[in-house]
Amino acid sequence: MTDATNSPSTGPMLSADGTPLKKSLQIALRRQKLRALALVAPLLLFVLISFIAPIADMLFRSVENEIVSETIPRTVIALEQWDYEDGNAAAPSDDVYAALYVDLSEAEEFKTHTRLGSRLNYETTGMSSLLRKTGRGIGRMDTDEYTKQFEALDPKWEDPAVWVAMMQSPGVAEILPETASAWQSWQRIVANKNDVLAEEQPEDFIYTMLYRDLIAQPASAVAAYSGSGAEMLQTADSAVDGFEAISLREQFLDIDEDWADAQIWGTIKAFSSPYTAGYFLSSVDLQLTPAGVEAQPENQQIYMLLFGRTMFMSMVIMGSCILLGYPIAYLLSNLPLRTSNLLLILVLLPFWTSLLVRTSAWKVLLQQQGVINDILVWLGLVGDGDRLVMINNQFGTIVAMTHILLPFMILPLYSVMKTIPPSYVRAAKSLGATNWTAFWRVYFPQSVPGIGAGSILVFILSIGYYITPELVGGTTGTFISNRIAYHISSSLNWGLAAALGTILLAVVLLLYWVYDRIVGIDNVSLG
Amino acid sequence: MKSKLATLMCGAALAMTGAHAHAADMADSMTIVSWGGAYQKSQINAYAEPYKAMHPDVEVIWDESSNEAVAKLRAMNEAGNITWDLVDVVAADAIRLCDEGLAMEYDPDELLAAGDDGSSASDDFGDLIVSDCFIPQIVYSTTFGYRTDMVGDTPPTDICDVFDLEAYPGKRALEKRPINNMEWALLCDGVAKADVYDVLETEEGQAQALAKLDTIKDQVVWWSAGADTPQLLADGEVVMGSTYNGRLFSLIEEQDQPVAMLWDAQVFDLDGWIIPAGLPEDRLARVKDFVKFATDTQRLADQAKYISYGPARKSSAPLVGQHADLGIDMAPHMPTDPENSKNTFLYNYTWWADYRDDLDAKFQAWLAQ
Repeated sequence: MTDATNSPSTGPMLSADGTPLKKSLQIALRRQKLRALALVAPLLLFVLISFIAPIADMLFRSVENEIVSETIPRTVIALEQWDYEDGNAAAPSDDVYAALYVDLSEAEEFKTHTRLGSRLNYETTGMSSLLRKTGRGIGRMDTDEYTKQFEALDPKWEDPAVWVAMMQSPGVAEILPETASAWQSWQRIVANKNDVLAEEQPEDFIYTMLYRDLIAQPASAVAAYSGSGAEMLQTADSAVDGFEAISLREQFLDIDEDWADAQIWGTIKAFSSPYTAGYFLSSVDLQLTPAGVEAQPENQQIYMLLFGRTMFMSMVIMGSCILLGYPIAYLLSNLPLRTSNLLLILVLLPFWTSLLVRTSAWKVLLQQQGVINDILVWLGLVGDGDRLVMINNQFGTIVAMTHILLPFMILPLYSVMKTIPPSYVRAAKSLGATNWTAFWRVYFPQSVPGIGAGSILVFILSIGYYITPELVGGTTGTFISNRIAYHISSSLNWGLAAALGTILLAVVLLLYWVYDRIVGIDNVSLG
Repeated sequence: MKSKLATLMCGAALAMTGAHAHAADMADSMTIVSWGGAYQKSQINAYAEPYKAMHPDVEVIWDESSNEAVAKLRAMNEAGNITWDLVDVVAADAIRLCDEGLAMEYDPDELLAAGDDGSSASDDFGDLIVSDCFIPQIVYSTTFGYRTDMVGDTPPTDICDVFDLEAYPGKRALEKRPINNMEWALLCDGVAKADVYDVLETEEGQAQALAKLDTIKDQVVWWSAGADTPQLLADGEVVMGSTYNGRLFSLIEEQDQPVAMLWDAQVFDLDGWIIPAGLPEDRLARVKDFVKFATDTQRLADQAKYISYGPARKSSAPLVGQHADLGIDMAPHMPTDPENSKNTFLYNYTWWADYRDDLDAKFQAWLAQ
């Protein structure tokens, strides 16, 4: 104490135990912060694990595209040498067909070729059945000719044990690269069937790759090999030139002529990278084609329209909620407590009713043979022949959603208005303001935070709404969320759904930022 | 004496554990997923109750999620926790699930019982086994119903009456998807039945179908749930509308509404079971046991007592009897009845599996305009 007061200029202030005061304050504060963190940790972890992580995982699907390179890895690599050009003459070389042959032989065993088909069918119509058909046909290709020719040359080629010994020798992968690669697929296939490698004769695609390797290798390279089966390989190497060759390209064309279509190959190439912008392009009515990014054909453009409509209708719903909710909240906050509590229950009552029930109730009211039309006809205001169309369109959606979301506007407004002292308005009036001026200049500005909070709540809830537009929206009243739901539950195009969802989230955050800049988020109050 | 008794009891105990071990190979409960409503009730009455009578210790849990079965199965598969044992889906979804590797492939003659008439299961179901994973159950059709009091003296008899706004003014209910609607539009625009899918494959054909639908677009209420059309018909909101024939049956016969069927150009579709891929052995054994029972000739015929869908087995057709409550003959209400199926349209599964994504985008864009 005396130290600190007597020598103010000789050094940093020290606490009682001699450490600098600044440091000991930091320690004390850190302890406080840690305690605060420990207190919020359970909730933080809960939110991270059960909310942020799943959403991030879902959003990640909007760019993820590993299925192509995982299902047909060799084909993807082989296609790097090939460039897309329009027309059938531009289909790739036999090497690509050979790579596809091995890839699909493995994929067929694991049933992944059909999944690849559904993925690529989102981009090019017909891929689904093309791959399903090819999977069925791949085992029936004429490539068994190779197997027969090798067996005729030396029956030992039939022996799985000979193959295992040969494929395990060092150096074989250098002279027989394609066979070695195909052998790995074969190992996985056998393992999947729970069979023993040394007891299963390899399938035709192994012999086909062996043929291709021996044709491609110079005789000297094969002669230099001395591992297991060297003799057999050398005999085979000198004989393969006389083998009957099978064009793999022809084999694929026999299954389906579409394999000659450069468009098919172009699609595979365009979507071969593990990450793709394709889903995001689709969500803004563009498409990734083999030739580059293009606009969707006009008769398929829908998403920009739906995004625009969702924004517009949410604004309208928000506006009508303000118009209807403000007077009610004003009334509630100015009535005696007993009456206002009763009215508040009336506001909350529909809030506690099931969403579906309320939406269906609007159907009963609004439809052409419904209550409102019946009354209008009975009153003679409209003729029986031209009853008003008030449902299955935008009008129906706006009415039903305004009703459903109204409590979200009234409650924040009410809680803010409750805190505005009535004496301010009285003071304004006593200073000569008219009723309107007193309201507009004194009361209204103080209720703006409530409008802000209610508007944000209603707007954000309504752009994500899905059931009500689905039930009463018809064709002109549906939202983007209806398409997201369709892609999640029917078309299984989760990537596109994730991209649409990401865009929707980004738009909300952007609007929130704009709102913050214009109105200021400090001016939002829930009470 | 005492030791003899002990031996006896030991033997009995052993025998019992043996019997128990046999039962323990199969799980004691299974979760079956279906569509809810009258259809699920018919399955409970015709399949599950008799099965439970035979196996009282088996618990059957029903889940009404068939509508989003494809998405949920995929999510379960990704999470590695499949809680469903048997799922009722339409054939198109079964194909999709099979393609995705989410449904189990099976051998009809091994899994399913032979027909009562001695035919093998694969012959009895015939080409209704449209996918390696699909176990057919019923044939249903999407067809039209119309208000008898709103069509004057000449009720519609032709599918093209749906497109005839002059003869039959008023709103129509159509499903909010391209499937069936595009085919009907082409049929009524002069395309021969055999050529429909060839035409629909081309851009011009698709434009032609949409142009035909354009002529009635203003007068269409688009439905997405099978219960919509019966409600719209009952309220008099629409003069005619498409839906599943079983829904119309219950509207006409059970609820006694002034509605009649327009069977012309009804589109046959199939509904059946799939077994999710990757079930543990004990649960798989239980499901296989149940499926074998629930798809035999008698059980499929029994289901027709409760709902007017045709059994998928040929051998079941002669056994179809009367409605369980109403006591009326069910045969004339079956989509497969000769009187009803004079002009039918076969829905092409493989074609739609390819074109569904493309046409749906075009159809939805057309709707939104």
